[in-house]
Amino acid sequence: MSEEIVLQISKIDVFHGTFQALWDVSLEVKQGEMLALIGANTSGKTTLLDTISGLLHPSKGSIEFGGKDITRLDPHQIVELGITQVPEGRRIFPDVTVLDNLIIGSYSRKGRAKREQNLKKVYEHFPILKERKRQIAKTLSGGEQQMLAIGRGLMADPKLMLIDEMSLGLAPIVIDELFRALKEIGGRGMTILFVEQNVRRSLQEADRAYILETGRVVLSGAAVELGEEDQVKKAYFGL
Amino acid sequence: MIGSGDIITPLVMGFLLGGLYALIALGLSLVFGVMRLINLAHGDLVILGSYMAYGLMTLLGLDPIVSLVICIPVMFVLGFGIQKYLMGRAFGISAEVPLIIAFGISLIIQNANQILWTPLSRGINTSYSLMSFNIGQRQFPVSYLLDFIVGIMVMFALREFLGRTYLGKAITAASQDKRAAQLMGINTHRIYGYAFAIAMVSAAIAGVFLGMTFPFTPTSGTSLLTVAFGTVIIGGLGSMLGTFLGGMILGMVQTMGGYFFGPATQMLILYIIVLVILAIRPQGLFGR
Repeated sequence: MSEEIVLQISKIDVFHGTFQALWDVSLEVKQGEMLALIGANTSGKTTLLDTISGLLHPSKGSIEFGGKDITRLDPHQIVELGITQVPEGRRIFPDVTVLDNLIIGSYSRKGRAKREQNLKKVYEHFPILKERKRQIAKTLSGGEQQMLAIGRGLMADPKLMLIDEMSLGLAPIVIDELFRALKEIGGRGMTILFVEQNVRRSLQEADRAYILETGRVVLSGAAVELGEEDQVKKAYFGL
Repeated sequence: MIGSGDIITPLVMGFLLGGLYALIALGLSLVFGVMRLINLAHGDLVILGSYMAYGLMTLLGLDPIVSLVICIPVMFVLGFGIQKYLMGRAFGISAEVPLIIAFGISLIIQNANQILWTPLSRGINTSYSLMSFNIGQRQFPVSYLLDFIVGIMVMFALREFLGRTYLGKAITAASQDKRAAQLMGINTHRIYGYAFAIAMVSAAIAGVFLGMTFPFTPTSGTSLLTVAFGTVIIGGLGSMLGTFLGGMILGMVQTMGGYFFGPATQMLILYIIVLVILAIRPQGLFGR
């Protein structure tokens, strides 16, 4: 893990209509790290990911990726620059095959150029997807659908992956497998920013973490140290 | 002679007519399936295709099928433009605005056609469109057969395009989950433009073959929209094969209704069937 900052979010405010969801949020992601974004429902985690992805735009502040200002870019331009989001609820394309989901994942110019190479990688991380490649995506189990969603994200050939609520509704054994795969993907140099409800698990897996509360960053730091903070213990572990 | 005589003739006619209905409805189905927009101007855009071919034939002496070389690109560009400069902007405002815009486009096309071509009924008549072919002792118009063949061709072309090409897969993806498609790097604005443009191409083809089969007036589009609606309601919106089968059923219901209850009631029977299907299976017979 280097100290090079790939994503720099500086003092952004984001609104949903008239409702302010993020207040003066700053966050940085370092090259090659696993960064966890923690917080209760409606704390603004998904809003933050959507803002990075360009689905929402901040009314104030800026976002830089690889030194380039991406604050006002559209989602497809952001994917082209190397950020993909694996959305909450997986949101695979239900009525096409597993393989077609992966191919659609490689729609960007960048992804298309390295399609076969990335497809091979995805099958290495998730061999089950290779077995099931001709199957209609909605017939997969929840865990397999999540693997497909992550695999589809990889097909865009990203430098930074945003992963939203990966373990929602999945069995612990499946969650273990998914985190093992993320470690593998991270081990190949991918930078990963993930959002989780499960605070204990997040702090175990991540290098660093940010804690959001009602749209504001309240704490941040090395994951191990955050786990020792009284505030965190009280609020999230019920100690 | 109601309910008596030869049943084969209306059966075959309905079958062939269904191909034309499907051809007319495919574009409506595509636009709804991809952007959830009910394009009220669809029937008029089909008729615009008829007039375009009619104009090219009377003014330049072009064969209507050859005139597709001009009609298709013109309608493609027109469709892309409508989506990009009108609908695309309207989607951001509310769900009703695109509907009103479509209605406006419908009125503009109808009135422009009245000014250009007068309200008189026109037809695209070629040497082959007036010919007939025989099955046993029975005679059928060649134009019906052409409609059917072209309907199947366009349906399969659309299916293959949507299922096999990058652009087609992107259109399919955007129709199944717009947000996820955006996150995959798909520029949904552009995809919608292409989808609308392709729907207009199918409308142009439908218009040309419709014009060779039936006479048309500047306001024919309204009744075509109803037929197209019926087809997609029966078949299920958004599915190409479903739309095609819906067209077949609609065509057969119409001719068989005419056979059993007389020609005056054939459209009535058709709409009753559409209502019944809406009531018992609102997603269409072949819809998801």
